[in-house]
Amino acid sequence: MLDPIFILEAVVNGILLGGILALLALGLNLIFGVIDIVWIAYVDLVTLCMYGVYFLVSLYGWPLWLAGLAGIGIGALLGVLVHLLIITPILASPPINQLLATGGLLFFIQSAATLLWSTDHRSLRVSLPTLEVGGIFISFTRLLAFGLAILAMVALYLFLTRTYTGTAIRAVSQDREAIALMGARPQRLYLVTSAVGGAMAGVAGALLIIQYAVHPYFGGAFGPLTFMICVLGGLGNMVGAFAAAFIMAQVISVGGVLVSTEMGYVIAFVIFIVLMFVRPGGIFARRA
Amino acid sequence: MSGARLLGLAGLVALALVPLLPLGPAQEYIWHVIIQIFLWSFVGNAWSLMGRFGLVSLGHGAFLGMGAYATVLLWNFYGMTPWAGAGLAILITVAFALVVAYPCSRFQVVGHYFGLVTLAVGEVIRLLIVAERDWTGGSLGVTLTTGGTASDWWTLQFADKRVFYYVGLAAWLFGLWVWWRVDRSMARSAMEAIGEDETAAASVGIRVARFKMAITALSAGLTALGGALLALYLAYANPDSLAGIGVSLRIVFAVVLGGMYALLGPFVGTALTIALSEYLRIYFGIKLIGIAETIYGLLLIVFIIFLPAGIYGSIAQAVRRRLTRPSGGLPARA
Amino acid sequence: MLELHQVTAGYGAFTALWDVSLRVAQGEAVAVVGPNGAGKTTLLRAISGLIAPRAGRIAFEGAELAGRPAYEIVAHGIAHVPEGRRLFPQLTVAENLKMGAFLPSARAHFRESLERVYALFPVLAERPTQRAGSLSGGEQQMLAVGRALMSRPKLILFDEPSMGLAPVMVLRLFDLIRRVREEGYTILVVEQNVRQVLKLVDRAYLLEVGRIKIEGRAADLAEQDFIRQAYVGL
Repeated sequence: MLDPIFILEAVVNGILLGGILALLALGLNLIFGVIDIVWIAYVDLVTLCMYGVYFLVSLYGWPLWLAGLAGIGIGALLGVLVHLLIITPILASPPINQLLATGGLLFFIQSAATLLWSTDHRSLRVSLPTLEVGGIFISFTRLLAFGLAILAMVALYLFLTRTYTGTAIRAVSQDREAIALMGARPQRLYLVTSAVGGAMAGVAGALLIIQYAVHPYFGGAFGPLTFMICVLGGLGNMVGAFAAAFIMAQVISVGGVLVSTEMGYVIAFVIFIVLMFVRPGGIFARRA
Repeated sequence: MSGARLLGLAGLVALALVPLLPLGPAQEYIWHVIIQIFLWSFVGNAWSLMGRFGLVSLGHGAFLGMGAYATVLLWNFYGMTPWAGAGLAILITVAFALVVAYPCSRFQVVGHYFGLVTLAVGEVIRLLIVAERDWTGGSLGVTLTTGGTASDWWTLQFADKRVFYYVGLAAWLFGLWVWWRVDRSMARSAMEAIGEDETAAASVGIRVARFKMAITALSAGLTALGGALLALYLAYANPDSLAGIGVSLRIVFAVVLGGMYALLGPFVGTALTIALSEYLRIYFGIKLIGIAETIYGLLLIVFIIFLPAGIYGSIAQAVRRRLTRPSGGLPARA
Repeated sequence: MLELHQVTAGYGAFTALWDVSLRVAQGEAVAVVGPNGAGKTTLLRAISGLIAPRAGRIAFEGAELAGRPAYEIVAHGIAHVPEGRRLFPQLTVAENLKMGAFLPSARAHFRESLERVYALFPVLAERPTQRAGSLSGGEQQMLAVGRALMSRPKLILFDEPSMGLAPVMVLRLFDLIRRVREEGYTILVVEQNVRQVLKLVDRAYLLEVGRIKIEGRAADLAEQDFIRQAYVGL
């Protein structure tokens, strides 16, 4: 049988992966929870941020930390643009139209990226040491990315609970008219939500480009995974998404070590289908 | 109505006679394009059976891929003639569709939620196809083993493309007929009621789950047939061309462009997208890879925002409005 | 202070108010009563900006407010306690009150306003971290009123405050509204409970099928005829 040390390593890597997946799922859930529209193209926005950080570092020689911050800014800007140009015109349209609009955006981003930057995989050569802790090897890059992801999520939590705007964003998803009676503009709150969601994508992008190579169809790998996590956790449920992210990450990581990398994903997806059959509202759904 | 019927009949006769026209040196290519249009329109119509009732599937690539791969693999590994293999593939796909549709139908998984689930399912199938590369050839795809013979009724391979023209035409017309029958049936009224208010529909006795599953099964089965036919025509199946999110979105895009609620909407949309794609390929050659899709994506967004009924649909709406304009009276409710 | 002149308003093709005119002077407490469907809620929604009137003027301290959006109108000093309370159910008591003070002018005096509200409604002070959705009906109404006070308004609109409350709570509620009034706020109450509300206000209007039918001092109106008309609409 497999040396248990490898499984332990897989578990640790699963936790590290879970951090990033949680970040992606939270960003998507934030926007859906408040505006009630799923940005199918969300992970493709992350891809664009990855490209942004990549080019800033490799073409313009920016230091990584600065490019990362710029990536967050790019993400926020993209969030605002998507909201103003695509979401606002279709806020009152039936769900099918909303899905197709953001689906079209996915299409557009993936092909435009192919057009502009070809299908070449591009990665930043980030040479950081590999740590050894009790026999397991942990990439420092992954550990750093995990730490920063957790930091970003804590920041989001504080924003949503401690600030006026953040609390208003939570309020507008519960009663749009009532928050308007308090002097807050719902449209502006939606815009801020989109910017924050975009910024989260930017953080994810910065953290991903140091671990993975970017290419136009990067969203094809992480996108469906993110959606599955959101569905499993209960769409709109932030805590559920957080938990589901780590669960899925464990399945992928451990499954990948026990069988094969691809089968790790397949097993995770099959579990998803089975869980859908059993608990369609998501594992943590309030109502079955 | 008989005026329109006569027109339709004339059109049918014309279509049946097209292969007898001399189309010059480029005719192989023209047949190829026309067959693609027929087959993809057929798939589009199948998709719109669900789409028009609010069941927006973004994962129809799963059904397409299953139909295609099952048919090809049953022949390649088990020697089952596609005549039977396609049938089996359809059954497998329908069974799969029912399994996934059951929880969705029973538990009111609709709208965005449903779209996401279908997206995920579509990707699962694609990933499964890639992961099982020993069987399926992974990302490189799988070819139909034909032993070199050009024409073979057993495996539905024909040297003369015009035979497949008739196959494609037959499939397309069949799809239209099914669509038309559903449109006229109780199912349509029931599904529309469900689309408006599920709880109210259920309280009137409409078996909501049953209808949804029936429509899903029908749509999945037809799509699987389309997948099988495409795989047989091309004698090749590839996880990205016949499965996955790209294919799914392309199907949806074509239907939306043409108009989801109209009989000929998918045909118009598919014809336009394929024509556009071919035109761009000829014009740009291999210089700008991805230009066609980029334009598609942009057009999809623009159309959803400004022309949600699609080209054909909007024209049809405008014509209908002209013909039934009310003479004064109360203004319409806002 | 508040003046409505020939206001017509409705939803879509349906008109709920026809040529409604009324006045509320500073420091006054005024009631609008009438049977179900008379348009009372529409009236308040038109004042607070949730819907835009089709015709007519709404002036508040000289400023023309008709058609302005809700978030602007509250900045002028009108707070609306909506029908059914409309609290944020997943937010806590404290968070609901915080949202009440969203306006920049209100934020500056947040501490002060909060203390005032807690003094008026000690029940709320006892459970600031409780989810608003889990409060009792009476507590929810108090929170809704407190939330409105946080915006430091001049005029407070109450939409059917007694709705859904047990009779004992109704008495306490009107007592509280009286205390709010004594703090110096101007009040406009829309109510079904005519008897109780007439004890609270200075003047009242009777709204019936979208039109003002009767207007008068509360003392004069507190007779059988008016009350019967208000309930039955004869």
